[in-house]
Amino acid sequence: MMMIVAALLVLAFLYVGMRPAAVVPGRLQAAAEMCYDFIYNMAVDTIGVEGKAFFPFVFTLFFFILAGNYLGLLPFSFAFTSHIAVTLALALMVFCLSIIVSLKVQGAKFFAHFMPAGAPKALAPLLIPIEILSFLSRPVSLSIRLFANMVAGHVMFDMFAAFTIMLAGLGFFGDIIAVGPVVINVALMALELLVGALQAYVFAILTCIYLREAVAH
Amino acid sequence: MARAVMYNNIRRAKSFLASSALALPLMAMAAPGARAEGMPQLDFGNPYVIGQVIWGAGIFLVLYLLLSRSALPKVEKVLSLRRQTIETDLGIAHKAKTRADEAVADLHAARRKALADAQANVDKVVEEARLAAARQTEEMNARLAAEISDAETRIAQARTQALASVREISTNTAETLINQLSGIAAPADFVTAKVGSAAAARGL
Repeated sequence: MMMIVAALLVLAFLYVGMRPAAVVPGRLQAAAEMCYDFIYNMAVDTIGVEGKAFFPFVFTLFFFILAGNYLGLLPFSFAFTSHIAVTLALALMVFCLSIIVSLKVQGAKFFAHFMPAGAPKALAPLLIPIEILSFLSRPVSLSIRLFANMVAGHVMFDMFAAFTIMLAGLGFFGDIIAVGPVVINVALMALELLVGALQAYVFAILTCIYLREAVAH
Repeated sequence: MARAVMYNNIRRAKSFLASSALALPLMAMAAPGARAEGMPQLDFGNPYVIGQVIWGAGIFLVLYLLLSRSALPKVEKVLSLRRQTIETDLGIAHKAKTRADEAVADLHAARRKALADAQANVDKVVEEARLAAARQTEEMNARLAAEISDAETRIAQARTQALASVREISTNTAETLINQLSGIAAPADFVTAKVGSAAAARGL
């Protein structure tokens, strides 16, 4: 359900924002256009000219994750990006897409990347397994990074909120000290806003980097 | 004006808070598992985990299709329209500037030409005036020279006449003086000879 809300929010942002379709944009339209430009530049600057084809995918990925991260900050809500199953599915999707694009663009040359150019052939038995392992670890690192960041943020919220409740049970002085964790939670909320955007950005930029490697000849 | 904007913003904030207050219980109902204990996302035996992945994939696919087929082309259309408008306007501005530059160049050329023509006219008029003045001066000089020459001729004639009459006048005057002083009429030949010798002594 939260995924539907996230998808609807992203769509509403673009549809409502772009409804005036004015040459001189209003605030919401300017925001929508800035988001478009931001992701478009990221995709084209990182991937290259071929990035235009992947731009809708990167845009969807970034805003789906961003909306998921931010929705998780609302009370009574939950962040679907804090579920390893979801982040792993997203990471595997990116991983599979990059392999498919690599095989389509580079063909059998794709496998040559597992032996770094210029390295002595004697080291091949050592280097090739390391490269394969490093390649296979991409979806793992991609998914765990997002999952761990989101979980860590929410665990910290939970911990400090629990401190407040526990301290409030200690009487008058406890009530006074209990303000501390609330203040920290407010600061953590600001931090989580930053982390939410940053993790969505990291996921999207790494996707772009993997796709650049895939389309590079 | 500023107060009206402030009230408008406050009204907006109130409606946002009211809609948020309504949305929160709905969201709570939408995510009943959000209150689970421990780390439910690591409970891979839970059938919701697979369901979440499948739903996630479906929603992502639909979102991707809607964005790539409808929403993003809309943004691109507006952006390209803006780019096109800016380029067209810039083109028009460049053309106008080129035309203005050409007009300024024409103006400068016309001004230079007019200046040169005016200078040539001034030079011509000055030259003509100078020539006319010179001609006039020459004519005047000639006329004056002729008049001077005539006057000198007349003066010379008058002088000659006057000089011719001097001896006669002197003779008459001398005869009259002698006659009145002495009462004797002096002989005319004597007086004429004396006057003649005196005039000759004075170069007359």
